[in-house]
Amino acid sequence: MIALLTRDLRLALRAGGGFGLGLAFFLILAVLVPLGVGPEPATLALIAPGILWVGALLACLLSLDRIFALDFEDGSLDLLATAPVPLEAVVTIKAVAHWLTTGLPLVLISPVLGLLLFLPAEAYLWLILSLLLGTPALSVIGTFGAALTVGLKRGGLLMSLLVLPLYIPTLVFGAEVVSRGAQGLAVGTPLALLGSITAGAVALLPFASALVLRINLR
Amino acid sequence: MLNVQGLACARGGLPLLEQVSFALAPGQALVLRGPNGCGKTTLLRTVAGLQPALAGEISAAPDSIAYAAHADGIKGTLSVRENLDFWAAIYGTQGISAALEQMNLRALADRAAQNLSAGQKRRLGLARLLVTGRPVWVLDEPTVSLDVASVALFGAVVRAHLGQGGMALMATHIDLGLPEAEILDLTGYKARLPEPGTGGFDEAFL
Amino acid sequence: MASFWEYANPLKFMRTTDWLLPIVTVAAVVVTTIGLVWGFFFTPDDFRQGSTVKIVFLHVPSAMMAINIWVMMLVASLIWLIRRHHVSALAAKAAAPVGLVMTLIGLITGAVWGQPMWGTWWAWDPRLTSFLILFLFYLGYIALWAAIDDPDTGADLTAVLCLVGSVFAVLSRYAAIFWNQGLHQGASLSVQPGTRMDWAYKAPLYTCMVGFGLVFLALLLAGTRTEIRARRMKALVARERMA
Repeated sequence: MIALLTRDLRLALRAGGGFGLGLAFFLILAVLVPLGVGPEPATLALIAPGILWVGALLACLLSLDRIFALDFEDGSLDLLATAPVPLEAVVTIKAVAHWLTTGLPLVLISPVLGLLLFLPAEAYLWLILSLLLGTPALSVIGTFGAALTVGLKRGGLLMSLLVLPLYIPTLVFGAEVVSRGAQGLAVGTPLALLGSITAGAVALLPFASALVLRINLR
Repeated sequence: MLNVQGLACARGGLPLLEQVSFALAPGQALVLRGPNGCGKTTLLRTVAGLQPALAGEISAAPDSIAYAAHADGIKGTLSVRENLDFWAAIYGTQGISAALEQMNLRALADRAAQNLSAGQKRRLGLARLLVTGRPVWVLDEPTVSLDVASVALFGAVVRAHLGQGGMALMATHIDLGLPEAEILDLTGYKARLPEPGTGGFDEAFL
Repeated sequence: MASFWEYANPLKFMRTTDWLLPIVTVAAVVVTTIGLVWGFFFTPDDFRQGSTVKIVFLHVPSAMMAINIWVMMLVASLIWLIRRHHVSALAAKAAAPVGLVMTLIGLITGAVWGQPMWGTWWAWDPRLTSFLILFLFYLGYIALWAAIDDPDTGADLTAVLCLVGSVFAVLSRYAAIFWNQGLHQGASLSVQPGTRMDWAYKAPLYTCMVGFGLVFLALLLAGTRTEIRARRMKALVARERMA
């Protein structure tokens, strides 16, 4: 298990691993939005929570097809499926590796981008907290989407179509936490809902992911 | 011990083979023969547990099968040693030096796998079998891209494995220099499709 | 008494629908026509909404069917996953485009109705948003079916997607309600006392609902028959290639 995690992290960090791709995308988005919307701090502060959450979500989406595609192409996935590791554990580890290489860096860089978008000072804590709580769900749900489309040629676009609707609840509650935080309102309810979606997804979706992966490898 | 009784398997929803039966005792090897597309790969994948059998039974000791496919599952950016270490950790075995030695990879151990030749990669893929520590090897065309010397090397490795009480089930066209291996020609096991109108539940689709 | 599961046999299904489909088709056309003509021409104008209100006879049945069809697909997917009846998987496949169109009709008639009533074609109201999300789920489901060659793999994967999607669709619905308490009126029909709609409207509306249900049934049967034939053809071609 640990071996699989370290292998995936090592692969992501070495040349061609795609680490930093999501991060760069997130950064570019945060630069482009003010250029498109205008430099008015009040306007930017208003849309910052939503932009940051949508940006994090799209950055996550960008790297999803790498979760299984490379292992599928070089045959590792077949070999992993016959190895003495339950496939449910494999998909969970894959999601963890994806979160560590994509979700966590996004969380860490988000305050800097919040600065660019004039996010109100009260909201930073909630931005970091909501992303910390929500991005694992994005990784786990994305792993399910990647497992669904693993054998398909040009599966990337289809995967986006399948995964984006599944991201809606996470996005709604996550962005709601930040924008309520920015207005100084109570954030307990959306934060709890966000947490329960993540908990539910992490607990249940790996079974669905492993199931569709088995079907795809057949 | 690997025992296959009355196995039927399908590819893409169509039955391909039926009534395949064989048994492997420790020290035995079985070579599957048959023209392309006759179902060798499908049979091996079924035995390895990657796809369900249509009918029949596969009995083997739990955790005894190691499968090697056409593709070797090698990560190009990892070194030979890192590749093998990973599989050793997954299978919970210790030490990869014996595998490196036997597949003549010691000199290449620290080279990134993407800089290996096709034959060297294949040797690395087969070295993975050695680190699994499993007795039953299920091999799909193990000798593709190997030169004559490497085929001989691999033949010797398989023989040593059999000598230690291991078993091997493989699909190959090349003579591995294993005269003791039995041969199973799959041509005779081609699945007959049910005649239309015999009333099977989903017969319209077969 | 013949078991319900007998109809999961494709041959039995084809034989039964041979005579059932024409009957359902005729019934669908007749009931829907009666319902719509009655609703459009023989109901009084609303004192507040004028004749605009009559779009309800398209809007409500299609919106209702959009949800019901997804539920039907969910049930069919479960049957496929548990009992592995091909007809069930193919019925789910055949239902999806109908559901997509029903959702689209619901959205379009809603926009046409909303324009004079609320002064806007679109509002990010929970109901509207939920329907838009449902539309996306239908699109994804259909796209996944279209992308996979092997029919059994396609059936398996889309069934799991339908299951997981249903959970997330419900979550999205609550997320949308939480996110914006909207301007859409409550459900037009209500079983609670103090009903909001007069029988002069209700009777034709119920007729339209039954009509839309029959239209769906007819399209479902016809679509499933097509899928069965397509599947059979595929099998025959593969057979030919093997021989």
